[in-house]
Amino acid sequence: MGSHDLRLSRRDALKGAGALVIGLSLPIAGAKAQQAPKGPPPIHPNAFVRIGADDSVTVIVKHIEFGQGPYTGLATLAAEELDADWSKVRAESAPANAKLYANLQLGAQLTGGSSAIANSYDQMRRAGAMARALLVEAAATEWKVPPAEIDVKKGVMSHAASGRSSGFGPFAAAAAKLPMPRQVKLKDPSAFTLIGTDQAGRKLDSADKVTGRAKFTIDQNAPDMLTVLVARSPRFGGSVKSFDAAEALKIKGVVAVKQVSSGIAVYARGMWPAIKGRKALRVEWDDSAAEMRGSEDMIAAYLEQTRKPGAVHRKAGNADAAIAAGGTVIEADYVFPYLAHAPMEPLDGFIIWDGTTARARFGSQGQTFDQGAIAKVLGIATDKVDIETLYAGGSFGRRATPTSHLAVELAEVARAMPPGTPVKLVWTREDDIHGGYYRPLIVHRLRGAVKDGKISGWSNTIMGQSFMIGSPFEAMAAPNGIDASMSEGASQLLYEIADFQCDAHVAKSPVPTLWWRSVGHTHTGYAVECFVDQLLIAAGKDPVAGRLAMMGKSPRAAAVLKAVAELARWKGPGGANGRARGVAVVESFNSFVAQIAEVSIDDNGEPKVHKVWAAVDCGVAVNPDVIRAQLEGGIGYALGHALYAEVPLAEGLPTVSNFNDYRSLRINEMPEIEVAIVKSAEPPTGIGEPGVPPLAPAVANAMAALGHKRPSRLPMVRA
Amino acid sequence: MAFILKVNGTERNVDVDEDTPLLWVLRDDLGLTGTKFGCGVAMCGACTVHMDGQPLRACAMPVSGVTGEITTIEAVDGREARAVQDAWIAHDVPQCGYCQSGQVMSAVALLRENPKPNDRDIDLAMNGNLCRCATYVRIRAAIHSAASALEA
Ligand code: FES
Ligand code: FES
Repeated sequence: MGSHDLRLSRRDALKGAGALVIGLSLPIAGAKAQQAPKGPPPIHPNAFVRIGADDSVTVIVKHIEFGQGPYTGLATLAAEELDADWSKVRAESAPANAKLYANLQLGAQLTGGSSAIANSYDQMRRAGAMARALLVEAAATEWKVPPAEIDVKKGVMSHAASGRSSGFGPFAAAAAKLPMPRQVKLKDPSAFTLIGTDQAGRKLDSADKVTGRAKFTIDQNAPDMLTVLVARSPRFGGSVKSFDAAEALKIKGVVAVKQVSSGIAVYARGMWPAIKGRKALRVEWDDSAAEMRGSEDMIAAYLEQTRKPGAVHRKAGNADAAIAAGGTVIEADYVFPYLAHAPMEPLDGFIIWDGTTARARFGSQGQTFDQGAIAKVLGIATDKVDIETLYAGGSFGRRATPTSHLAVELAEVARAMPPGTPVKLVWTREDDIHGGYYRPLIVHRLRGAVKDGKISGWSNTIMGQSFMIGSPFEAMAAPNGIDASMSEGASQLLYEIADFQCDAHVAKSPVPTLWWRSVGHTHTGYAVECFVDQLLIAAGKDPVAGRLAMMGKSPRAAAVLKAVAELARWKGPGGANGRARGVAVVESFNSFVAQIAEVSIDDNGEPKVHKVWAAVDCGVAVNPDVIRAQLEGGIGYALGHALYAEVPLAEGLPTVSNFNDYRSLRINEMPEIEVAIVKSAEPPTGIGEPGVPPLAPAVANAMAALGHKRPSRLPMVRA
Repeated sequence: MAFILKVNGTERNVDVDEDTPLLWVLRDDLGLTGTKFGCGVAMCGACTVHMDGQPLRACAMPVSGVTGEITTIEAVDGREARAVQDAWIAHDVPQCGYCQSGQVMSAVALLRENPKPNDRDIDLAMNGNLCRCATYVRIRAAIHSAASALEA
């Protein structure tokens, strides 16, 4: 989700205006029925915190945990105000319930836009503070002392004068019967004992994940469960013309073959017979509405189209006139491929449909929409659909789709069988890589001029598909056909350039596209930070000092740039000894990240990234070690794709299918990483995505310092 | 076809086609779901188990080819396993966690062979295990920590 729309929707949601909330939910059957809340709902601590008689504190987490740490993060927020003993704290996923568990930035139960901590910061602290107040009151009543005299530390309530003390457990039942406190006072940040503590080993999910105990969707089982694979059109936009299931049904373990809207579903007792059964299917596809072009055709067409300006996303002064006014004119094209998210656990879902109600268990990233989608397919009310959100093996954006296509497919494969049949729908890796919902193929054309040692004009034309236009999010995210997520990071620079234009053309294709970790910044970060570097070098400036000189209106971005330069002891790009450094800085999801990459070129001519320094300002650092982990992971994810990843299409068909040819970063390719977290008292902002955008341009800028060109086409290493 | 496998110290009978990969026998027939599916073509390491102590990609081994005793993440044990799992927790290695059963199995096998691996040894032993969350910095640090703990 783009940071632009988030900023808007958050402001409105906090005001309680609710306009965007409605805009977001209207097209979705489920959300309509549930009425997403207008503004922050009243907090009921029972919805977020459960105290056990054994002193355990269970924090109910409304965001899916697929690696970015919301279980630990949201639990930290509640535990801080509760003054809980961290060793007694657990986390569990909230059920699908938009009234209680909406994302306060997005107006629906949905994880995205790096917003989990940001939208929960007040809510979870309030929930913890309320639970604390109720427990204290219950203890005060029983001990017959004033509540104000009770102290709480590490899960122990004590009354000094009478010498009484107790854990939370014995008072949990009494506290639950008390009326909600009207107001609670939140701690002054100087009193925090959990928030801001830099400590690895804090995460609540680590132990289960190193012993194989953590249960993912693919691990679900039930008596008589069938495993389902679906044969889908090899081309995007294709459909089933005819099929013959005879051979498939002969495979031992294959139970049924049914047509659903996405293709032909094979039901089997276990994964292997399902794989064999699907292979034995004979399907004829109708390609009359399918995408038949290849990536090269699209790239050529987009490059040509970007010679002409598109719809203006932002304009200041007159870029064309400034560029025409002389000086050194520099032009660059950047081409970005379709990218699959390829989360380690391919898409999957488990459901039992009994004819009246549905119980689904899966890694639902947008519970409100998935619940609505399942209800619609099955023709039942939303509240008859129960979703248990499970751990998911990564997402990077893939598990939230405006169409809820996985939830629809899951409900359809259940509906096609007699009620009461538990089904587990599984996508293979090939299904995942061929499955679309890619980061769009994008072209940037840039023109700029340097005059008197300064950047005197900047013009940027973008072309690619919009995943907002034509989706249920269009009204909110792309009013008037301007999809801000295509140009976020490019339409508003961190640099002051008086004569500026950013415009975009929207391409059409049946290939479904989607937000991918850091959304528009996946390409704008590269285009902008490569181009500004190129212009600064042409102007004879140092890449760090040159940027800083233009960042008067971006103090937080300037601060992380200074911090990373200090951390890396920046003395310019270097390059003499075969190693050079490149720098980049990007604001995304209201957080600021600057990176410096040290790079050499190996014997095969491929870039080798030795070390990356990163500085981040994401407001109050709730769990510094999780922030560091997200930067490490974001850098690795960004690097793997920048170096190696592409889903090329040839005559409409993806030409890669698994990790043998959709190459992923491996441990020997991972750079050393050093992170500085800039101290901040601002409210916390995103961290799951902001580590991604600066990496690739930092690498490209180092390559330029080594005498290689900044790669104009990604991935950098192409077969 | 009927096969007898020794898995986690117990003999198990399964009746499956002979080309069924060990991965699906473990997961679907024996209910051992700690071993994960990530690619099915021996490219990601999510399905790593031990056969007679050696790391093996269970997705690429047909059940008919299994000649030794299989150990999965559910039962891996001993000094090295404990050192690895403790170090993984101390470093908070996992993000999504989905690859980590395989990472742990590969790391345990490495430390049993080579109690004091250097970075190159780690690269060689671990580069068949993808982590899409890119937790590699911590995997490396945790292996070094586990090695130190074993030495102590
Ligand atoms: S699932 Fe076996 S290596 Fe990927
Ligand atoms: S922790 Fe997510 S793939 Fe490794």
